[in-house]
Amino acid sequence: MPNHSYPYQLQSQKVRAEFVRLFPISLFVVAFGGAFGLAAIQAGLAPLQAILMSTTVFAGASQFAALELWGGEVPLLPLIAVVFAINSRHLLMGASLYPMLKDVAPGKRYGLLLLLTDANWAVSAQDYQNGRRNLEVILGGGLVLWLAWIFGTWLGVYFGGLLQNPKSLGLDMVLGCFLLAMALGGKKSPRVLVAWAVAAAASLAAWKWLPSNTHVVTGALAGGLIGYFWLDRKPVGPGTEEAEST
Amino acid sequence: MSITTTELGVLLAIAVMTLVTLATRFGGVFAMSFVRISPRIESFINTMASSVLIAIIVPMAFSGDAGAIAALSVTAITMLLLQKPLPAIAAGIASAALVRYLF
Repeated sequence: MPNHSYPYQLQSQKVRAEFVRLFPISLFVVAFGGAFGLAAIQAGLAPLQAILMSTTVFAGASQFAALELWGGEVPLLPLIAVVFAINSRHLLMGASLYPMLKDVAPGKRYGLLLLLTDANWAVSAQDYQNGRRNLEVILGGGLVLWLAWIFGTWLGVYFGGLLQNPKSLGLDMVLGCFLLAMALGGKKSPRVLVAWAVAAAASLAAWKWLPSNTHVVTGALAGGLIGYFWLDRKPVGPGTEEAEST
Repeated sequence: MSITTTELGVLLAIAVMTLVTLATRFGGVFAMSFVRISPRIESFINTMASSVLIAIIVPMAFSGDAGAIAALSVTAITMLLLQKPLPAIAAGIASAALVRYLF
């Protein structure tokens, strides 16, 4: 769309505030990064290679999955397929921010997306649901998460033995608990609850029967279909329970 | 097709991963720039947004151990009672650690 006015101005003060706001969660990201660094060394990566991967890829789950493929040779197509499948949720996450991102000049828009990851997106998406436009968290929050991921990888690579079993401390559940808290903090209408039920059912069905790592996108699209057919502003929604992608 | 993990090969593999991930970060927004945002599309993406979270969490709970289930249920209950994310997350993680310590 040739719309040449970009009204959304990022406020640097708010960017700093969001950096601080996501600092606590980024401490857990350091622990994850540590686990990744250790796993990477064990899979045969050199320390600097592991740190480089965390710096440029910045997508934990897909990096762990890539290590499963590591050996004397890395099969190229499976690598691309796994990384794409796990990270394909970014496509939907980015799309959901488009109503705000379209008001930012394209250069900045794609610059912000470099730092898009689950935690800062979840905050921004929930703020948007609650009527607040917050792209600053993508930048400020993304920055602190990115630095934490790199720092954690560095720690894991050189001092990995320190944190042998992060699972016993519950650290593997940090992101899950965070995302759940974000979901429950948003507004809940009957429409949203129906969408969630459909998303849950579809994601479970995909997890069971579709190729691995497709469940997030399948569930999210199924939930989105409810929103497509059932608009909020109409007084009564025509309860559409048909989730085609199940 | 495989990449041999020589020094250069590893860099190539990392570059491939970076480009694929970048494509997922940019792709959704790029595609949306060709779509007119009608109320219906807006409703679709809003519902989809919170459904992403559900679609990550629910299979995580079903495939997880008792600690994972404890973490998610305690987080949910605390969040619904207090409406404050940090205590809810902390309680969830602590209960995962506790359950795994006990069993």
